[in-house]
Amino acid sequence: MINSHDVLWGQTLLYTAYVVVMISVIIWFAYSVTKEGKNSTVSKTFFWGFVAVLVVVGFSLHLVTYNTIPWVKQDMHRGDTVAAQQFDIVVEDHEFILPADEMIVQCNELILFDVTSNDLTYGFGLFRDNNSMVMQMQVVPGHRNDILWKFEENESLAIRSTEYSGPAGYQMIVPDAVTVVGCS
Amino acid sequence: MTTNTAPTSSSKTGFFKTLIDGNEGGLKADGLTPAQKLSLRFVVIGLIYFGFAAIEGMLMRIYQIEIISFIGVEQYFGILTAHPLVGIFGSSYMIVFGAFLFVVPFLMKKPLWSLKVGQASFLLIAIGTFTFWASGFISHYAALYTLYWPLPADFDQFSALGGSFFILGIALVMVGSLLFVLNVFKSIMYTPEGWEKQPGGALLSSALGFTGLANLFRKEKKEHLVPLPVAAIARGSVDVALNALIITFSGVLILVYMVWHLFGVNLADTAIDALLYKNWYWWGLDLVADGLVLIFVAGTWYLLAMLITGKKLFMQNIARAALAVELIVSWTVWSHHLLSDQSQPAILKIVSGELVTAFELITQGIAIFVTLATLWLARPLKMTNELKFLLGGLLGFGLAVPAGIMQADMGLNRILHNTQWIIGPHVHVAIIVGLGMTLYAAIYALWPLLTNGVKLYSRWMSTVHFWGTLVGGIGMGAFMGMAGLQGMLRRTIYMEGEFAPYMWLAGISGALILIGFVFFMINIIMSVGLKGLLGIFTKSKLDTKDLVPAD
Repeated sequence: MINSHDVLWGQTLLYTAYVVVMISVIIWFAYSVTKEGKNSTVSKTFFWGFVAVLVVVGFSLHLVTYNTIPWVKQDMHRGDTVAAQQFDIVVEDHEFILPADEMIVQCNELILFDVTSNDLTYGFGLFRDNNSMVMQMQVVPGHRNDILWKFEENESLAIRSTEYSGPAGYQMIVPDAVTVVGCS
Repeated sequence: MTTNTAPTSSSKTGFFKTLIDGNEGGLKADGLTPAQKLSLRFVVIGLIYFGFAAIEGMLMRIYQIEIISFIGVEQYFGILTAHPLVGIFGSSYMIVFGAFLFVVPFLMKKPLWSLKVGQASFLLIAIGTFTFWASGFISHYAALYTLYWPLPADFDQFSALGGSFFILGIALVMVGSLLFVLNVFKSIMYTPEGWEKQPGGALLSSALGFTGLANLFRKEKKEHLVPLPVAAIARGSVDVALNALIITFSGVLILVYMVWHLFGVNLADTAIDALLYKNWYWWGLDLVADGLVLIFVAGTWYLLAMLITGKKLFMQNIARAALAVELIVSWTVWSHHLLSDQSQPAILKIVSGELVTAFELITQGIAIFVTLATLWLARPLKMTNELKFLLGGLLGFGLAVPAGIMQADMGLNRILHNTQWIIGPHVHVAIIVGLGMTLYAAIYALWPLLTNGVKLYSRWMSTVHFWGTLVGGIGMGAFMGMAGLQGMLRRTIYMEGEFAPYMWLAGISGALILIGFVFFMINIIMSVGLKGLLGIFTKSKLDTKDLVPAD
């Protein structure tokens, strides 16, 4: 099963490869454009081919992620899904008010986090011990902010606000707030 | 352009003489027309504000490596609030507006519609930027540029008085921007005194792309009355105006809450729906990031390509059409900023957030291709400052736009939103490398016209500036991006040095940008001389509407 770590590695590899190609093209162009060249035309077929590649890349990205990243479909259809566990969390005065000191979630089950803000716009993110992100969402006052997630590793996760809510917001961290159990 | 090599004389007298008088006599301010002075004022103040933003940026880079004891947390977030606004409005807007108030009449072959309105724009944006910067510095008003409701009206955290001055400063900038737009459109359409009547309506139609659109259905195509770069400036100006209206509207709303609070009445912040506010605010704000910047930049690339090669643009009708598409895209693209807002309707996330955003890859890709093809067809070209900075600008957007497309995906946004990835490989590479280097290319290209041919003091200083900006900008974006992929958030502080290795590398890269900029400024000042520099701000002795002196 793909998790956020795998997705980010894939993105790192793809984007790094792209950056290397793009920089190489510009270096080659900068060198070549100062030299006398044989070919004095740019083919329109080449141009339209390039545009076609942009169209395919631009739109296929979303098809690929929709079909490979598990939380996309899960998120889009969360209204029709019954969660195995639900945690209602309140945020107020730059503090997370949790239903329990430690929220224990079962591995490979759909867990719903429903977060309500009573004042400002905040963020709700889960982070591993090494500070890498598992997921996040915005927490907007006056609206429902719910996210469905499936965990696949036994681990302890911190909650952190992922949106700026004033200078006090950077301290909005609850270590070891979520504990995942039951993974083989 | 003509450049000199660095002087070999190390005599102090020679150095100070050049510093005061400029290179080979420097800038003769008495010989500058009012139009030249106006544009140069915009550019000089824009560069000074870039210096502000660069120093603020470096302070924050250092803060992310090690907490600076004399900068408190409130001050840090005050800097974080001012930094992008000074960078965009104080620097980019000033430089771009100054250049365009010269380029539009230059390409339309007639005087600027109103020098007075131009001067009013200059003063309003310069004073407005200083006002919001100073109010943030003094009062620590720190609601960020995003101003997510109800944070800007949270008077438990922020001073209502300081906030009022902050909003007033932004409002001045917006009024100055609207006057710029007025000047651009009037300059395109008006008939100068004593001239044969100009077809104002047809010129406007050409500038906004209606002529091109109608041509699709006509057997006999009408010619474009407005050069392509002017069309780009006009279309980008539409977004400037819409952005200014939205920001001003939001500012007035916030100001109402502030003023009532100062009179002892606290209005209920729940009267405003936070998500609806976020939608309209991002609709307006995104007209900068995903609208006018991309359109203005494409227009500037086209202008530079034509100036450098002296030839027509490759496939210019397609380039015009792409600009029109970009304008429409810019009005419908805002929802990619709300992909992590769970109450945002899914249809908006998919259509506006993902699919329409993907068009930016296409329109920017076309702009890059058209510019490169135009240069390619004119081989061999000399690697001048304007050409190398142009290539740097193309590379910057070539890297930053795909980074943006990746984060505008519902799957990836879930783990990228508000991380350093967003602000590094996407925003800073786009602004510092893409936009910044494009603007430097424009400054080098327009330099002879604006200064009546002042010779640049040092070629190697411009080379240091080039590499400092390119390597520093890409490097900083890359290391911030790596930290973001490891989970490092933006808009927060890490007290334990959690991402220190990446932040050290990003800080060193940032220092390269700053070093490059310092060399650029020294080079500019040594070229024009302090006398010439100060002379830009005095009244022109030439009573003419012409852009450049008659002789």
